[in-house]
Amino acid sequence: MASSNPYRSQRLAHAILALFTLTAVSPVIAIIAYLIYKGGGALSWEFLTAMPRNGMKEGGIYPAIVGTIYLVIGTIVFSVPIGTLAAVYLTEYAKQGRLTRAIRLAIANMAGVPSIVYGLFGLGLFVLLMQMGTSLLAGSLTLGLLVLPVVITAAEEALLAVPQSFRQASLALGATRWQTIRKVVLPNATAGIITGTVLAVGRAAGETAAIMFTVAAFFLPSLPDSPFSQAMALPYHLYTISTQVPGMPEEMKWGTALVLLLLVLCFSLTAALIRLRFRRKRKW
Amino acid sequence: MDGSKKVQLKDVSFYYGDFKALEDVTLNFEANRVTALIGPSGCGKSTILRLINRMHEEMGRTRVEGEIIMDGMDIYSRSVDVVELRSRVGEIFQKPNPFPKSIFDNVAYGPRLKGIKKKEALEGIVERSLRQAALWKEVKDKLDKSAMDLSGGQQQRLCIARTLAVEPEVILMDEPCSALDPVATQQIEDTIDALKNDYTIIIVTHNMQQAARISDYTGFMLVQETGEPGRLMEYGPAGKIFTMPDKKETENYITGRFG
Repeated sequence: MASSNPYRSQRLAHAILALFTLTAVSPVIAIIAYLIYKGGGALSWEFLTAMPRNGMKEGGIYPAIVGTIYLVIGTIVFSVPIGTLAAVYLTEYAKQGRLTRAIRLAIANMAGVPSIVYGLFGLGLFVLLMQMGTSLLAGSLTLGLLVLPVVITAAEEALLAVPQSFRQASLALGATRWQTIRKVVLPNATAGIITGTVLAVGRAAGETAAIMFTVAAFFLPSLPDSPFSQAMALPYHLYTISTQVPGMPEEMKWGTALVLLLLVLCFSLTAALIRLRFRRKRKW
Repeated sequence: MDGSKKVQLKDVSFYYGDFKALEDVTLNFEANRVTALIGPSGCGKSTILRLINRMHEEMGRTRVEGEIIMDGMDIYSRSVDVVELRSRVGEIFQKPNPFPKSIFDNVAYGPRLKGIKKKEALEGIVERSLRQAALWKEVKDKLDKSAMDLSGGQQQRLCIARTLAVEPEVILMDEPCSALDPVATQQIEDTIDALKNDYTIIIVTHNMQQAARISDYTGFMLVQETGEPGRLMEYGPAGKIFTMPDKKETENYITGRFG
């Protein structure tokens, strides 16, 4: 009987666990490899820095890259301060009880709302009601709302990970709660908050449905010059050239997808480096 | 202030939620003396410390009955600012808990809270506090290094220096040596002995020899039956408690028959 031999069942368990891990990781590797294979040839200096020409079929995707970077910055501006402060309130100030449980449940639910719903909400509230028009501002606000639950949850976890003994030490020295938060809790939660920000940024950069009504343009002859400008963005660009441009060269589609992926990887890498630096300093 | 009453507990009872943790404790802590609280785990020794700097207010639903008076003033009256109270009553915790900052920034933390910004002023305070805590010689050349790189004993003396920098009048110590080796413990005890000229020190310890060595007064606390609140069984000069206690329970405890 197999189960009667603990060493054999242990080896079997290890093998199965390794197999499932491999299964989980391999699609990611496959996607990256496939994108490089199909779209690598499209990557060139011109592709990254030129405006599209000839109905998108030639030239580059520069305005879409710029638009996505603007949107990412806008998303960070709107979601990180609000999300962090909300998390501070929930973990450090609010009495833990029915109300905070309800708020946390609401936040968890927000994370599950489909992005197209955020898109329509943004259209209704920011674009139409608040008369921002289809603009970077409206798009950033919509994306900011979309990623807020991710930021709050990550920031809460980061704050809770700061040892209680630091808070006690600070309070016992005659610090107010707010001084304790500012001088001890937040500095030691930064790494975790950055992680949350990156997750948010990755999501914002790749989001299509939330931006299609609020900011994205099919084609613009020039770069956006104010928060009230429309902008092109990589995911929406990818969507349109894949569905609405007949005779679009295959390589350019895959190249666009590859650039989007590389951009997100770049953000993650930067954040990972920042986190590493913070972690090296901490020793508790 | 020599020999006068610095902190007085009058019929103090304390509840965590519905659980009564402490009952009718009446006790005077003398100024410029070391008072040790001894007793088995869970008898409310640490709770008494928390009541004196009101740190229990940070931990959910609690209730205090009775009066705690410091320099003639009820510290639970509305006019007392808890932040100000805590800068008058410092606390050293069981496990050394320096901030993950430099040695200098750890000691300067309290003074900076009070708005002291000038470098020379802070340097003066840091040096004085570290000298008082008998740590200056070991760290004077590495004040900008992380406090986390110090040994456990050094960290605990750093925490003492950090508390001294705020210039408290009373220092609470909650088993300050329980995480330290004998040599580090000895250094902390020497520091306590040097400090008692200027401060009122209240120390909770599980170590009877330690209580006998360093305290002028000793209180013995006990939970008599499981589920009952902790009570102060006996209180008096350390010499008397450790040689001829009045109560049978005290004698049993100090001779190691239980606890």
